[in-house]
Amino acid sequence: MNFSYDIAGGDFVHAGQASSALKKILKSLNLDSSLIRRTVVSLYEAEVNVVAHAWSGNIQVNIQPDQICIVVSDKGPGINDINLAMQKGYSTASPEVREMGFGAGMGLPNIKDNSDVMELRSTPGEGTELKIVNKI
Amino acid sequence: MRTEGEIRCGEHRKNETVGRAFCSDLMSDVLTLGCQDVLLVTGLANVQAIRTAEMADISYILFVRNKNITDEMLQLARENNMVLIQCKSSMFKVAGELFTAGLQPVY
Repeated sequence: MNFSYDIAGGDFVHAGQASSALKKILKSLNLDSSLIRRTVVSLYEAEVNVVAHAWSGNIQVNIQPDQICIVVSDKGPGINDINLAMQKGYSTASPEVREMGFGAGMGLPNIKDNSDVMELRSTPGEGTELKIVNKI
Repeated sequence: MRTEGEIRCGEHRKNETVGRAFCSDLMSDVLTLGCQDVLLVTGLANVQAIRTAEMADISYILFVRNKNITDEMLQLARENNMVLIQCKSSMFKVAGELFTAGLQPVY
């Protein structure tokens, strides 16, 4: 099963719609509730990151009998130092993002905590690709 | 000990019980909880507070400081069968009242 969703940078009104849609799909498949929560929390964090930092993005979800694979790619400023970005508390979020309740430097570490596999690649000035895999 | 509040959504669930509560205006922290059966106490009144609760499997939200709950928030909460409560008290006062009444912290 494949699922695709586009994300508009800066669109906080609709941020989370893809994660919400995926949650409904995963629930309809009667998957374990903890697996569903970990997966949609990861995707929601990634979705908010794209809205907060990038110009546009896309989510590709592939659901197989043994795993859920999510690729979130964006066009945006990219990440200059991934090791630094993975540290809890480090953030480059704008004041507007912080007013929305995010931007505390918890997103990427939380994605790592809630996924079985996390791969992050970025080209500064071009964009970022995040792969999340959770085993079923 | 009781906390005064108005149920804005989910009236049909008012007789349910919840064992633990978490106070935060920072949704990033809420997303790290990793547990269900939680009352979220927050002063952050926007759509993302509802979205965050949806992702974190949190069904009960108490908005403090008399924050305005918008129609968009109510609609999203109804779609997710959530209970939204609005109260005039500060977060500190509400936390004290709920703790005294026996509600446990998440950590």
